[in-house]
Amino acid sequence: MNKGSVLVLGARSDIGMAVAHRFAQAGYNIQLAARKVSSLDDDRSDLQIRNNIKVTLHEFDALDIQSHEAFVTALPVLPLIVVCTVGSMGDQTESAGNMASASRVMRSNFEGPASILGIVANHFEHRGSGTLVGVSSVAGERGRASNYVYGSAKAGFTAFLSGLRNRLSRHNVRVVTVLPGFVATRMTAGMQLPKLLTAQPAHVAEAIFGAVTKGKSTIYIKSIWRLIMAVIRIIPEALFKRTTL
Amino acid sequence: MKLTGWGQYPIFEAAVFAPRSVEEVVERIQLGNAIPRGNGRAYGDSAISLSNTIDMKHFNKLLGFNSETGQLIAQSGVLLADVIDTFLPKGWFPSVTPGTKFVTIGGMVAADVHGKNHHKHGSFGSFIDWLDVVTADGDIKRCSREQDPELFDWTIGGMGLTGVVLRIAFRLAPVSTAWIKKTTIPARNIEHAMTIFESMGDATYSVAWIDCLSQGKDLGRSLIMTGEHAETGDLPEATQRAPLQSPNTKKITVPFNFPSVTLNGFTVKLFNALYYWIGKQRTKPSLVTWDSYFYPLDGILGWNKIYGRRGFAQFQCVIPLDQASNGINALLQAISTASAGSFLAVLKRFGNQNSRFSFPMAGYTLALDFPITEPNLKLMSQLDDITIQYGGRFYLAKDSRMTASSFKQSEPRLAQFKAFQLQRDANRTLTSEQAIRLDL
Repeated sequence: MNKGSVLVLGARSDIGMAVAHRFAQAGYNIQLAARKVSSLDDDRSDLQIRNNIKVTLHEFDALDIQSHEAFVTALPVLPLIVVCTVGSMGDQTESAGNMASASRVMRSNFEGPASILGIVANHFEHRGSGTLVGVSSVAGERGRASNYVYGSAKAGFTAFLSGLRNRLSRHNVRVVTVLPGFVATRMTAGMQLPKLLTAQPAHVAEAIFGAVTKGKSTIYIKSIWRLIMAVIRIIPEALFKRTTL
Repeated sequence: MKLTGWGQYPIFEAAVFAPRSVEEVVERIQLGNAIPRGNGRAYGDSAISLSNTIDMKHFNKLLGFNSETGQLIAQSGVLLADVIDTFLPKGWFPSVTPGTKFVTIGGMVAADVHGKNHHKHGSFGSFIDWLDVVTADGDIKRCSREQDPELFDWTIGGMGLTGVVLRIAFRLAPVSTAWIKKTTIPARNIEHAMTIFESMGDATYSVAWIDCLSQGKDLGRSLIMTGEHAETGDLPEATQRAPLQSPNTKKITVPFNFPSVTLNGFTVKLFNALYYWIGKQRTKPSLVTWDSYFYPLDGILGWNKIYGRRGFAQFQCVIPLDQASNGINALLQAISTASAGSFLAVLKRFGNQNSRFSFPMAGYTLALDFPITEPNLKLMSQLDDITIQYGGRFYLAKDSRMTASSFKQSEPRLAQFKAFQLQRDANRTLTSEQAIRLDL
């Protein structure tokens, strides 16, 4: 029954928890990592009881990059799969006016995730196996006035994942880039999201599980987003700069 | 947002908030006029507050299970379907289950639900060991038969009006297989059906389906279906290897509201006749899956939409044993005369029950649903009067249209319930549209 462990970074997010459930259902043990991780006690019981697997909790702060190497070494077992759902959207207006806020958004969407995945990648490379999954965003495909601080960090993260994939492909380590569009989560609560373009966290988790099982490199959630982003990328800058997308 | 119960009637514009932490639940309660909501399976307005409906969907975790005693600790927003999915493969089944598995455990507490085994095992409340309730003062109180028994007793069957249930410890029952041995016995009329019920107290599960259009000496013509959990030895050899495994069944979804003509008198008549005929062929015990036995309508997701846009109402009452024969007869007579044969008419014998505010009592319960039309609403008021005349009472989880005066006449326990609410300051903080309508 036991298939090894999946580490979920940012497990308090809706997508992170949905990912934990999906892999637990498939028989993997789960390592939940988040800030204030003891608040996930009930989730741990729930995952264990529903799926007959073991769940461990690990305190993790994505922004405290000094702690990342020790965090990985302290894990009870080096996981087979790591899924990073760390990130925060911030408020664009605030990010535009206040560099401290902007920096926080950049660090939590790029520096933190890149740091921890980079460290795990080295361990995986050494072992000669493993899958790294980074949840980036379509917002990283082209900078837009409404969220370019968040978007630029995601763009950096997407490029990082692509480079990591390139570097590790010879070492039997796979890297999956996940590019969700709108997802109905706590992060987007209160936003008016178009229903047809909006995925549920469970859809994202299912797509991630599928991508890991089938060995895909980059996935969009809801295939319409692949098309939308292709169009958005193709618009000439002279025109794009005047749009309000 | 637009909010209704399962019957899609009446429709309200209500503010709904889904808290993620206990602190948020406390905040919502203290805003006042709050009512917790589970999966919206109560038929009417039990779980609707215009200003402060608390959707408990994020409280959906299983917290602990004792495989010696079968005690499960769950948050109130856990679905019964999830409990079955998790525990049937391990040899455990709910001790009491209502007719749908898409209810939350919190909802099962609030309505103190009963199942086809009530005559033998009582209602859900008898299997609850303790509850954690957020009360009007914002405290989380653990209550049980020993600890704050008043809160425990009034909360079970209290329709969410004593506080918001957070956690429930309740016992599952051990089973050897995922299968039910079902026997169908035809009954000529209502007297015959009751005679059969009275002689079958040993059957674990029993329920009757009534042909509501039969008249005269056939009045109450019915099929009585009993069931027992099958033992491994009862199963065909191939199935014996995995006795607890549930076979895959396909679900049909009703995608939209049917036009109301679908269920005119003719289709109902045809449906009734067909169902009766099929049942009559199968008097030998047969093996059926737990899902098809307990939850036949769950197989048609969204079946509430086949009544059309106007929605439907369910009527469910219980008549005390000594009045049951006359009372049920009078109810069936009224229905048959109105020619309002119902898609589902269910009769069931209840056993004894001592509880503060729960629906069941020793006697017979009759449940039917009607599409919402003026004549049907009139008929249901008439059924209310008959129920009161025979000393019966009503199931609040099904009600969407009763009047405060009928409710008061049927419910001598009402004054005590209100006194308890007042004493705990819950009258101010907790209320539902149903509670307002019924002056509850």
